[in-house]
Amino acid sequence: MDLRQIDANTWEIPASAGMRVPAVIYASARLMGDMRRDKTLAQARNVACLPGIERRSFVMPDAHQGYGFPIGGVAAFDPADQGIISPGGVGYDINCGVRLLRTDYTEADVAAKSRELLAAIFEEVPAGVGKGGVTKLSRAVLRDILGRGAEWAVENGYGRKEDLERTEERGRMADAAPEEISDRALERGIPQLGTLGAGNHFLEIQKVEEIRDPAAARVFGIDVPGQVLVMVHCGSRGLGHQVATDYIETMERAFGSAGLPDRELVAAPFTSAEGQRYYRAMCAAVNYAFANRQMIAHWVRDVFAQVLGSAKGIDQVYDVCHNVAKIEEHEVGGWSKRLVVHRKGATRSFGPGRPEIPAAYRATGQPVLIPGSMGTASYVLAGTKEAEALSFGSTAHGAGRLMSRHEASRRFRGEQIRDDLARRGIVLKSTSMKGVAEEAAEAYKDVDEVVRVSTEVGLGRVVAKLVPLGVMKG
Amino acid sequence: MEKYRILPHTADGKFEAFGGTLEEAFANAALALASLMWDWSRIAPKVEQLVRVEGSDKEQLLVKFLGEIVYLVETRQFLLGQVRKLEIRPHFEGLSLDAVLAGETLGSGHEIYGDVKAVTYHELAIEEGGPGEGSRVQVVVDM
Repeated sequence: MDLRQIDANTWEIPASAGMRVPAVIYASARLMGDMRRDKTLAQARNVACLPGIERRSFVMPDAHQGYGFPIGGVAAFDPADQGIISPGGVGYDINCGVRLLRTDYTEADVAAKSRELLAAIFEEVPAGVGKGGVTKLSRAVLRDILGRGAEWAVENGYGRKEDLERTEERGRMADAAPEEISDRALERGIPQLGTLGAGNHFLEIQKVEEIRDPAAARVFGIDVPGQVLVMVHCGSRGLGHQVATDYIETMERAFGSAGLPDRELVAAPFTSAEGQRYYRAMCAAVNYAFANRQMIAHWVRDVFAQVLGSAKGIDQVYDVCHNVAKIEEHEVGGWSKRLVVHRKGATRSFGPGRPEIPAAYRATGQPVLIPGSMGTASYVLAGTKEAEALSFGSTAHGAGRLMSRHEASRRFRGEQIRDDLARRGIVLKSTSMKGVAEEAAEAYKDVDEVVRVSTEVGLGRVVAKLVPLGVMKG
Repeated sequence: MEKYRILPHTADGKFEAFGGTLEEAFANAALALASLMWDWSRIAPKVEQLVRVEGSDKEQLLVKFLGEIVYLVETRQFLLGQVRKLEIRPHFEGLSLDAVLAGETLGSGHEIYGDVKAVTYHELAIEEGGPGEGSRVQVVVDM
């Protein structure tokens, strides 16, 4: 493969053999070494072959091999030029994302109670495979949720109106069409609303370790080192997974997959009936995930109130999607175009001035939430103007996996990880110790390196570094 | 003969499954999938689930059949322990699959350690051998 290094953190695969545009990879030599060991680069090249792609097929610093598109891939397509939308470019876990809550508490306030706090959250927030939620939903109510997302949750007593202001899309994608969701997806969605799930999904009680940009940190409500925060990482559960599965089949039936290097790259022109139906169904799944995180955040506040006496000052910093396709305006070759931007394992990183971001953040750029692997740091970045030119306003979404789950579960023991974390003062609770082993920090890339590259390239600006006090895993 | 083997894949679950016939390889693929989430060998055949799927080709048939295992755990809390019967037949332009699955209901004290989100077409391979040659399938799932 013709891979050219442009500068310390930028690489390019020139367009060849069916590629309509080059692929651009943002990685240090070390991260590139990881990517070359799996199929990340070949997958980035495949994305560059899809109709209507604009500028480049972009790869974020935490990228690794996925299915179809790489995880950590960003690509935008022009609907006016036969541009496509692809379920494999969004991922199965539609609107997998991250929510961050700030509190007025400090490490000293929770130190004696972190075990109790985490145990109470573990009781309150259902987690694990096949574990149902606490709500019994009718299909009619579920359809309402699919149409209105976090707005529905707030109206029904889960959280506050201000939370919506500080959620991507204000917690609701207006193009959602619940009628495009199959019965089977609804069936999977009914028992799972308000659940964390399992795998890499987690809920962490964190503290601010370091503030790097005091002015932006203040705007985000992150005031002092030692301040306690809560981070939630989960998505649209089985409902979203089924939507992706359904529309991969629908698009394949309509458009075939014969010419594609990977059947998972199946796509439809955005303006086609199938493209529109998937887009609207995807928006509905996005809304489900927003409602899901909204409910979980509400329960977190309840637990803080029970255990520490008050939920005062527990405000939402932001809620970001990292598996999504959205219609956004971007400048291409001097023209402003409306493009279908796919972010699969990538976080939007819009800089100052973009109308999409909350008014409160319009001068700083949006908060970008990058969770680390279990027991390691997480970061809050601010979006940048440069990112719009570099990656359609996108950056990394986490540490990115390095080692297979199978290998991790052979090498590590969940109990050992739990004890090691305990020695560092971090409490861990999980439904499965084998599941914990699969998520060992060593199975992931170094999040510090991912964030360093992200910052050096200009995809984001570090505002604060967070470290865990307590970890809950499904 | 070995039923299946888990293969390395950075993010997701990848496995190959074997069988004397295509049906047997599909049945073993179901056990391989279950092994990514729970220990199927410890699941007693207490309840049965009937599964029927249709596919335009063998690949789609396998993806949809394995999707049933994920669907059943999420909506019926069903943990697969055994594939009792599995038949593949021509169906209109494509194929149909009927299977009888046996297992237990979640909450019976079994550890669920993995979460398979979906079955993908990525690197999906099906090699159907003639009589005496054996069949092999390869699957990547999103976890």
